[in-house]
Amino acid sequence: MDAFIIQLLNGLDKGGAYALIALGLTLVFGTLGVVNFAHGALFMLGAFVAVAVRRILQLETVTVDPDRLTPWGSPMEIRTPLVQAWLGDFGEVLLQYSVPLSILVAIPFMLAVGLAMERGLIRFFYRRTHAEQILVTFGLAIVLQEIIKAFFGANPIPVSAPEALAGSANVGAWLGLESGVYYPWWRLVYLAFSILMAGLVIAFLQFTTWGMVVRAGMQDRQTVGFLGINIQRRFTVVFGIAAAIAGIAGAMYTPIVPANYHMGMDFLVLSFVVVVVGGMGSVAGAVLAGFLLGVLQSFVSMNEVKDLVPGIDQVIIYLVAVVVLLVRPRGLMGRRGVMEN
Amino acid sequence: MRTTVPMENTVLHIADVDKRFGGLHALSDIDLDVKEGTTHAIIGPNGAGKSTLLNVCIGRLAPDSGAVVFDGKTITGKRPYEINQMGIARVFQTAEIFPDLTLLQNTMIPAFAKRDGAFRLNAWPMVSRQREIQEEAEHWLQDVGLIEYKDRLASSLSRGDKRRLELAMGLVQHPRLLLLDEPTAGMSRHDTNATIDLLMKIKERGMTKVIIEHDMHVVFSLADRITVLAQGRIIADGKPEDVKGNPVVQEAYLGGTH
Amino acid sequence: MQMTTLRQDFLFLALFAIAVLTMPIWLDPLGANYPDLLQKFAIYGIFAIGFNILFGLTGYLSFGHAAFLGVGSYAAVWAFKLFSMNVVPALLLAMIVAGLFSAAIGYICLRRAGIYFSILTLAFAQMSYNLAYSVLTPITNGETGLQLSLQDARILDRTFGIDATGGIPFPNFFGLTMGGYGGFYFCAVLLIVCFFIALRIDRSPFGMMLRAIKSNQNRMAYTGFNTRPYAMTAFIISGMYAGLAGALLAATDPLAGAERMQWTASGEVVLMTILGGAGTLVGPIVGAGVIKYFENIFSAYNEGRLHAIFSFLPDGLENFFVTVTTPFVGEGWHLTLGIAFMLVVIFLPGGLMEGVRRIRSLFSRRKSKPEQAELAPAE
Repeated sequence: MDAFIIQLLNGLDKGGAYALIALGLTLVFGTLGVVNFAHGALFMLGAFVAVAVRRILQLETVTVDPDRLTPWGSPMEIRTPLVQAWLGDFGEVLLQYSVPLSILVAIPFMLAVGLAMERGLIRFFYRRTHAEQILVTFGLAIVLQEIIKAFFGANPIPVSAPEALAGSANVGAWLGLESGVYYPWWRLVYLAFSILMAGLVIAFLQFTTWGMVVRAGMQDRQTVGFLGINIQRRFTVVFGIAAAIAGIAGAMYTPIVPANYHMGMDFLVLSFVVVVVGGMGSVAGAVLAGFLLGVLQSFVSMNEVKDLVPGIDQVIIYLVAVVVLLVRPRGLMGRRGVMEN
Repeated sequence: MRTTVPMENTVLHIADVDKRFGGLHALSDIDLDVKEGTTHAIIGPNGAGKSTLLNVCIGRLAPDSGAVVFDGKTITGKRPYEINQMGIARVFQTAEIFPDLTLLQNTMIPAFAKRDGAFRLNAWPMVSRQREIQEEAEHWLQDVGLIEYKDRLASSLSRGDKRRLELAMGLVQHPRLLLLDEPTAGMSRHDTNATIDLLMKIKERGMTKVIIEHDMHVVFSLADRITVLAQGRIIADGKPEDVKGNPVVQEAYLGGTH
Repeated sequence: MQMTTLRQDFLFLALFAIAVLTMPIWLDPLGANYPDLLQKFAIYGIFAIGFNILFGLTGYLSFGHAAFLGVGSYAAVWAFKLFSMNVVPALLLAMIVAGLFSAAIGYICLRRAGIYFSILTLAFAQMSYNLAYSVLTPITNGETGLQLSLQDARILDRTFGIDATGGIPFPNFFGLTMGGYGGFYFCAVLLIVCFFIALRIDRSPFGMMLRAIKSNQNRMAYTGFNTRPYAMTAFIISGMYAGLAGALLAATDPLAGAERMQWTASGEVVLMTILGGAGTLVGPIVGAGVIKYFENIFSAYNEGRLHAIFSFLPDGLENFFVTVTTPFVGEGWHLTLGIAFMLVVIFLPGGLMEGVRRIRSLFSRRKSKPEQAELAPAE
C-alpha cells in the first residue's frame, strides 16, 4: 500500500511535467498547425530562468574582516548576498524562495521568447510541410540548447527548493494510514501546481470569450476569420502562452531534477508521445494522457513488475504510443478526422 | 479494340446502393446498369449524390447497403488499387496528378500499373529503357495535346491542362471502364470542345465510360444513355432524347439546362 | 529525376568514383586528409544515401534510423567475436540483421504516414536505445559498449589457423587491415558500390514509383498500385544501408555502444540529408561530408587557434573577433551546425545541391537568351 501511494505520487508528478509540455505542444498544433520540435527547449529555457534568478539573487558582496583569520592565517572573507545586505531578512526570504519567485520572471520572459519565435520564424512555416516544420524547429532547439550551454556550461545545475519545503510530508498520516508514507514537499507542490496550471488553461479556453474564439478558430479558422476576428493574432498569443507554460513548468521542475542544457530534448520525445496518445490538438487529451502515462510508467518501474517483464519500464510509454497510433490514431480524445491516416 | 463484344453486356452493375451521412440520405436505392461500350452520363443538380456514387464505385466510400458489381465480380469492400487493377480508372474532379514529376512520368506511371500490376520490384532496369511504356505515354500526351510540354513538371500546368493530363493518365491504362468526374470543369470553351473530340475518338474504340457532368453541351454530345439523379434518387434514366423531354427532369433543374 | 542515358550515368558514376578515391589528395589542403576522418566521410555517406532512399525519394521522414546503424554495429562486433576478424562475415551479418530489424519495424510504422510515421519510428528507436542500455546488456554490454577480447571464439579464424598472437587482432579484409588508409579505401569502394545501386534505383521504374508516392500517395492507390510494399522495400533497403554503415563503423573502430542509437543520432542523418539536398543523389553524401568535416575541424578549434587566425588584425579587433567566434567553435560547434541547418531549411529547402543548381542557372541564364531560360507556365 505504501509503495503504491509513493508510486502513484511519483507518476502523477512526472505526468504533471509531461502534461504541461504536451499541453503547449498540442495547443500550438491545434491552432497554428505547426509541429514544434523546439517546445522542449522552451521547458529547458524556463529551467534556466530559475537558475539565472537564483544566481542574480546570490550576487554577493565580499568584505574582509581583518580581525578574524581563517585557519590558514589569511584574513577571513565574509560573503553576503546583496539582497540580504539591502533588504535584510526579507532579502533572505527572497533568496529562499527563488524558485517560485522565478515564475514571475519566467512568465514575461517566456511570453516574449514565444512571441518572438512565432513572429520571427514559425509564421513562415504555416504552409510548409510538417517535415519542414519539424526540421526547422529541431534546428532551433539545437541552437537554443547550445546557447544555454555556452552560458551555463554542460554540467547540471541544482537549484534548491525553499527550506520550508525541503523536507518530506507524511502523506500516510493525511490518509489515515498507520504507517508513515513520506513524500517530498516540493514534489507535492509541483503536482498541485501542474494540476492548477492545466486546469487554468482548460478553464481559460472553455469559459472565456477569448478562449472560445480560439477554440472556434481551431475548428474552422476560415469562418472565424470571416467574422472579422483577427484569429491570427490570437493564435500568435496562444503560442506565447504555450511557451510561458512550458517555461514555468521548467522553472518549477529545477528542484526535482537539476537544470541541464539537454533536458528539453529528453522531455520532448516523451511529450510528443503524450500528445499523440491524447490526440493531436486536444488539450484535455494531452493533460489526461500526460498523467496517465506518468502513472503507468511509474507503476511498471516497480520491481514486482520489472521481474515479471524485464525492461518493460524502459519501453512502456512508447509501446502505448505504438498501440494507440495503430488502433486509434486520433488518440484518446482527438477529434474524428483530424490526422487520422 | 473490343469491338467484338456485344453491346448488351453489362459492365457495371450498381445494385440497390444506399449511403447515408448522418441525417443526409446521400444515395437511396440506386440501381443502375452500365452497358459495355457505351458512354453513360450521370447528371443532376448540385448535391444530387453524383460524386458520392462515383466514390462508391472506386472504393473511396463504402456503401451502407447494396453492392457494386463490375464484370460479374463485386467490388464493394475492395481496396482502391484492386479496383483499378480490375480495370476501372478514374479522372478526378479536382485534378489528382503527381505535381513533382514531369508530364511524361505522370503518364508513364499508370502505364506501369497496367503492365506490372499492383507491385513489382523493378529496381534495376532503367526507365529510359522502357521504350514501349514511354511510347504509349507519349501517344496519349499527343492525343490530349500536351506532348510539347512532356518534360515539364506537372505542377507548372494550368488547371485545364492538369485535367487533360489526368485524362491521358486514365486513358493510358486502357481501362475497361473509365469514370470521368466533370472532365471539362475549369476548361475554356475551346479546350472543352477539344476534350469532347478526344472522348468521341476513344468512344469509337469501344471504351466504356461513365461521365458525371454539369455541362449539358458535353453530356448531349457524348452520352448514349443518361441517368438523372436528384436528392440521392434516380428520377430518370434513358436515351438522351427521352431524358431531354422529361418533365420531371426539367422540374428538378428548375426549368433549366445550363 | 530527368531521364538520362546510360552513357551519362556511367560518366556520372566515373566522376563520382574519381572524386571519392582522390579524396586524400584534394582534401589535403583543407586539412581533412587523415584516415579516421576520411573513413567517416565514406561511412556516413553510405548512411545518408540509404536514408535518402526512404526520405528523399519516398517522402517518409524516419526519426529512428540510428537504430539500424546501432544494430549493424552490434551485429558486426558479434561477428568479429564469434566468427572471424575478416570483415566479410561481419558486413553480411550486419546487413541481414539490420534488414530483418527494419522489416519488422517498417511493417508496423508504415501503417501510418506523415508525422505519425516519424513519431512511430522515433518510438521504436528510443525503445531500442533504452533496451540496449538495460535488459539487453548481455548482448550489448550496456554502457561500456560491446568490445573485442582475447578470449573471443573466432571460430573461422581458429579453424583456418589464423590465430591471434599477442593482443587483440584488428578487423581486416583478407589481410588488408581496416585501420588507416586501407580502411578508407575499403569504405570508399563500398561507398561507390552503394552509390551505384542508389543510382540504378533512382533511374528505375521502382524509383519513379517511390517519387510518385512522395508526390501524391493517394493518387498512386487510384492508379492501381499497392503502395505499402513499395514503401516497405524502400524502408528495408535504407535500413540495410544503415546496417552496413554501422558495421563499417565497427570495422574501423571495433566497439559498439548504445549512444549510436539515440534519437539525436537519428536527427544527425536527417540533418546531413537535408543540408546536402534530399532527393538528390549526391546531396546527402555532400551533407554527410560537410557535417563530419566541420564536426572535426571546428570542434578542434580553440581560442589559441582563433588568435592565430585573427592575428593579422590590430589587437582590439583581434580580441573582438576571437570573442565573437569562440562560441561557434570547439565545444560550441553544434551551435554553428544548428544555425547553418536552420538557414538551409528556411532559405534553401533543396539543400546545398539546390544552391549549386541556382548558381549554375544564374550563370547559364546570363549566357543564353532569356526566353530560353525561363519556361512560361502553360496558361
